Amino acid sequence: MSRITNCFTELKRHGKKALIPYLTAGDPNVATTLGLMHALVANGADLIELGFPFSDPSADGPVIQRAIERSLAKKTTLRSVLEIVRLFRTTNQQTPVVLMGYLNPVECMGYQNFADAAVAAGVDGVLLVDMPPEEGHDLQPIMRNAGLETIYLVAPTSSLSRIDAICKQSSGYVYYVSLKGVTGASHLDVESVATNLARLRQHTALPLGVGFGIRDADSAAQIAKIADAVVVGSALINRIAELDDRDDYTLAQLERQTSLIADMRKAMDQ
Amino acid sequence: MSEHLIHHKTYNFPDQSGHFGPFGGIFVGETLMPALEALNRQYDHLKNDPAFWAEFDYDLAHYVGRPSPLYFAERLTKLGGGARIFLKREDLNHTGAHKINNTIGQALLARAMGKTRIIAETGAGQHGVATATIAARMGLECHVFMGVDDIQRQSANVFRMKMLGANVVGVTSGSRTLKDAMNEALRDWATNVDNTYYIIGTVAGPHPYPMLVRDFQSVIGREVKQQSMKQLGRLPDSLVACVGGGSNAIGLFYPFIDDKEVRMIGVEAGGLGLETGKHAAPLSAGHPGVLHGNRTYLMNDADGQILETHSVSAGLDYPGVGPEHSWLKDLHRAEYTAVTDEEALAAFRTLTRSEGIIPALESSHAVAHALKLAPTLPHDHIMVVNLSGRGDKDLHTVAAIDNIKL
Repeated sequence: MSRITNCFTELKRHGKKALIPYLTAGDPNVATTLGLMHALVANGADLIELGFPFSDPSADGPVIQRAIERSLAKKTTLRSVLEIVRLFRTTNQQTPVVLMGYLNPVECMGYQNFADAAVAAGVDGVLLVDMPPEEGHDLQPIMRNAGLETIYLVAPTSSLSRIDAICKQSSGYVYYVSLKGVTGASHLDVESVATNLARLRQHTALPLGVGFGIRDADSAAQIAKIADAVVVGSALINRIAELDDRDDYTLAQLERQTSLIADMRKAMDQ
Repeated sequence: MSEHLIHHKTYNFPDQSGHFGPFGGIFVGETLMPALEALNRQYDHLKNDPAFWAEFDYDLAHYVGRPSPLYFAERLTKLGGGARIFLKREDLNHTGAHKINNTIGQALLARAMGKTRIIAETGAGQHGVATATIAARMGLECHVFMGVDDIQRQSANVFRMKMLGANVVGVTSGSRTLKDAMNEALRDWATNVDNTYYIIGTVAGPHPYPMLVRDFQSVIGREVKQQSMKQLGRLPDSLVACVGGGSNAIGLFYPFIDDKEVRMIGVEAGGLGLETGKHAAPLSAGHPGVLHGNRTYLMNDADGQILETHSVSAGLDYPGVGPEHSWLKDLHRAEYTAVTDEEALAAFRTLTRSEGIIPALESSHAVAHALKLAPTLPHDHIMVVNLSGRGDKDLHTVAAIDNIKL
């Protein structure tokens, strides 16, 4: 069983929902990103979505755009992000890591090279925000054969036929985008998310994660009631943005800085 | 079948899924996928409706002032000393460039889809002005995204857009130029997708944009074909156009694709020289990759990050290019080359002094290459250069280069 499937199975057995923080690798630097990953796990994260930077993040709002700009200013590359995962795996074999980003850096590395390097580093799944399943016919089989889960987005605008096609290509979990807009938007409507998740459930047995617009313990708890996983990005990045470009933060310091995740965990488990 | 939709015997792209060979396609976040599908359906329907094209033609004739002349540049030809150089006068269009052809077509699409809010990206401001113009005429709300660096460089066009009632949104992310304006427009569209139509200004972006912008701009090449037959009794031997995103070039080239004897030459912005890396010439010096919804030749580094570009002409200052140009390059149906800022500026002055026509700096790139090529060709060679826009907007740029304060 893959690390992601195992993670969701275990949570279900304990009657819990997955908490998935997103962070941009290399913000403020690669050493601190590694520390942050451990801190997030200590704060109750079940799976980590690790963003690799791209110069033109057209599906992201200003908070993640700035994080990506900080990361690129430190010359973070897809290869250095894979190195972070490799180092993370030397002490954590359990927490799944999903790489999230845009297609062009992957194209540039070459699909097979990327898949091989990702598996070797200990990556479990890949989510490419600007690659819909229609364009995945070359990359999808390479990733599957390498043992990587392929996670796709479903949006409030997705038609039933699209939902069906997306779910067929998905593995690990399906990521439902809670609103029309970009990451970090503020108009989360829990009721409409619930309606759309119910619709989605008819198309897939995979766990359903919800992201975009979840900013605090309260909204995390509300979403946890209706989804299998809660994804938090911009709200966490705002806390990370307060860190300096230092590589000597202690785990305790990074845990305190990301205590939002502990608050969410607590609220979701109540 | 409408004459607006050209069916070639040997070339039929894009395919059903929007691909030009390995290029093109749809690479956007899921939120926008249904919007693109809806746009594709709408265009598929309207393009078979004669009333749609009748309205398009009416607007081009009475609002834009088409057909634009095919003008024999006699003194420029003498200076070249070889091929006979003809200018396709897109600079005489309303708003001063070819951009209006496309915004008229897309505004008709927006209206048919019941959209009340128009957004657009712009670099030099020409597409922004053309969009604001058509939005004013149709009474539609209009927001134009523009990098803050471009807003500084092109203050006259910013003022024009505001006069026309558009809201000009300064973009501060990334390199703060055209590519970042396009990112921001995509973000706005994802957020306001229900009531908003995104008028992309060039033959790039996700399918169906490269196709429909091409179809609207093809009026340029269709006219050239007719004018050439009527004025000269035969087709031209070569076509020369500047390529940023490549809409004026595709507009000229596309109707000639089956006419294999007609040479097609796209001229990219060589900036300070290809060898310096400071240019905007992805076809001449880039590699295939994915940006802004399509796969095409791009300027990116070894890690896939998009590089900052340089050109004296804001309208060519873009790291990608329309996917159909990438395909025509790989098919060897069109040739692509680049001229430097300096060569374009020299051509700007030469055309102004020899013909009394002040060209846009973008179009000056095509003129510069034409002047290089003409002396190598016989005197009976007919060369058509697309004069895609007029240079009024560039007077401040040229004056600043000459250390003149206006």
